Amino acid sequence: MSAKPKVAFFEFTSCEGCQLTVVDSLQDHPELLDAVEIVQFREAISEKGEDYAIAFIEGSCSRPSDEPKLQAIRQQAAIVVALGACAHLGGINAIRNRMPLQEVREYVYGDRAEWFETYEPRPIKDVIKVDAVIPGCPIDRREFIKAVTHLLQGRMPFIPDQPLCMECKLKENICVYTRGKVCLGPITLAGCDAICPTYGDGCEGCRGLIANPNIEAMRQVMHEHGLTDEAIDAKLSMFLTNQIMALEEAG
Amino acid sequence: MTTKSLKVDVHHLTRVEGHGNIVVDVQNGELKQCELQIVETPRFFEAMLRGRPYTDSSHITSRICGICAVGHATTSLRATEKALGVQPSEQTVLLRKLNFHGEILDSHILHAYMLVAPDFLGVGSVIPLAKSAPEVVLRALRMKKLAGDLCKAISGRHTHPIAMTVGGFTHFPGSEELAALRERLVAMRADVDATVELFSTLQMPDFSRDTEYIALHKPDEYCFIDGVIASTDGGTWPIEDYRRVTNETIVRHSSAKHTANQRESYMVGALARFNVNYDQLHPRAKAAAATLGLKPKNTNPYMNTVAQVVEIVHCVEDAIRLIDVLLARGITWEAPAPPTRLSGEGVGACDVPRGTLFHNYVIEDGKVVGANCIIPTGQNLANIEADMRKLVPEILDRTQEQITQALEMLVRAYDPCISCSTHLLNVQFV
Repeated sequence: MSAKPKVAFFEFTSCEGCQLTVVDSLQDHPELLDAVEIVQFREAISEKGEDYAIAFIEGSCSRPSDEPKLQAIRQQAAIVVALGACAHLGGINAIRNRMPLQEVREYVYGDRAEWFETYEPRPIKDVIKVDAVIPGCPIDRREFIKAVTHLLQGRMPFIPDQPLCMECKLKENICVYTRGKVCLGPITLAGCDAICPTYGDGCEGCRGLIANPNIEAMRQVMHEHGLTDEAIDAKLSMFLTNQIMALEEAG
Repeated sequence: MTTKSLKVDVHHLTRVEGHGNIVVDVQNGELKQCELQIVETPRFFEAMLRGRPYTDSSHITSRICGICAVGHATTSLRATEKALGVQPSEQTVLLRKLNFHGEILDSHILHAYMLVAPDFLGVGSVIPLAKSAPEVVLRALRMKKLAGDLCKAISGRHTHPIAMTVGGFTHFPGSEELAALRERLVAMRADVDATVELFSTLQMPDFSRDTEYIALHKPDEYCFIDGVIASTDGGTWPIEDYRRVTNETIVRHSSAKHTANQRESYMVGALARFNVNYDQLHPRAKAAAATLGLKPKNTNPYMNTVAQVVEIVHCVEDAIRLIDVLLARGITWEAPAPPTRLSGEGVGACDVPRGTLFHNYVIEDGKVVGANCIIPTGQNLANIEADMRKLVPEILDRTQEQITQALEMLVRAYDPCISCSTHLLNVQFV
């Protein structure tokens, strides 16, 4: 391997908060800048190189004309990493996939809806092959540093398949259900240090489902804690719309 | 009179948030086309809020923008609270202000040091700057970390805040935590002074164009949350009348809508706030403005970055003051203030890092049925294009490369937040 791996960052439909978290992680790990060579990072730098080996992609694909751009990145990069919930799951953008597309377009752009191209937001793995995922909305700084370390060592980043509740218990948090709130911890992938329950809020599922989620039991628990079916649907559709729709389709 | 022809086509402008193109076409000295094209994907946030519980709105809309997530969340909460008759406690108001200062500091430091300064220090980005002037980059990272830590103590993280909720907070910082932050803020004054010193040496391009400057205003504080809408052309409007000020229109070359008030365009952001609210700045911020050569009313848009530096000084001083007030009162773990009704309409407004942000919700039986968000960058687009139209003829004698750089720096000075601005709508509420 040559001296430093060349790395590029790209963003599609997103808030760019994951790339901002990358910048923030440099506050504690400025040495990262010596370990890799960043050749593209439009939000932060003007330099533009096309010879990258590792591509970090933030954002979901939400219009047909973005597909060739993703394919071009895939062709160049030896390793493609989905950065954050939008790239990983479709993210918050996918909330509207339960709504009629044309109605959504007209609600925002009225009779000019056709001027602005869009389709159902999807994870980038629906468009190109993805080698690794850093989940979350936004990504977790430590997980990003760990993933980069793994890549530099020639290994693929790996997220253990365990529910958030494991991590939350280890932190000795009081379960938010006992504080009158609902939480998607039992079905959501751990790794964020249970940050939302730690700050008094229930998990919203931004890191995606564990491998074998029991959605029915999860609905039952939320029902027992007073949520209507509609409120349960809202909870399960903040970040998980595409995953739950895929499960429904599979039966 | 020059007869020069020129084409500038900057595809995907760098060191800004989101995707924009600058297109300028001059034929025989005549300006044919001059556009800031917004090519970011449309995002449809307002449509996505509908049918969901009112408690979701602030968590969904913070995802409009990773850089001003606290600003969106605060504005969203204020809109919901006004719709549902929620009266936040004094402690909530203080904590929100402190959290907001954290975000203003974080965003301004990012913009001034990492996105703008490289243009003046002869480098393409902050990365070579880390080699040529490591002390500058380390100072920026140090200051930015403190800003982020301030948000973390109050709301869990800056992108995207967790503990902020309708009526209050779900988590509270400890007194020791606040005292430690206060100590670090006091120690940060040296870095703040060095920032003022650095930016006083950078020669901003000589350009000016008088326009209307709009910001939120309160008589007794430099306003970031609530207040009234105020203009340098005269006039104030209650926040609820935001549509009379913004007058949105859809233009084809931008997935973000344009706005205009009393002229063809207006400006929001740090320079607009400085021009509208100079009197309310902290004395140390006024002193910094004098050092930086910034006086109200300033009509050079490139000075927006300098106004951000003035606000950095103000926010550090005001954050220290707010912590003193909070420590003197003592932090109480209190439940969020409850709604007094479950249906209503409300408008929230905050002056977020890039300017005045409006959220407007209609809620029925606890569910959002209508939503409208008007974003600072959207409000600045028409003004940026008006600046470009005046600037290009003034600098036509320069090389294509110099003209392109001047235009890029102009757009960058506004600190545009493009992914924020692309999801607007035109709904008439009934």
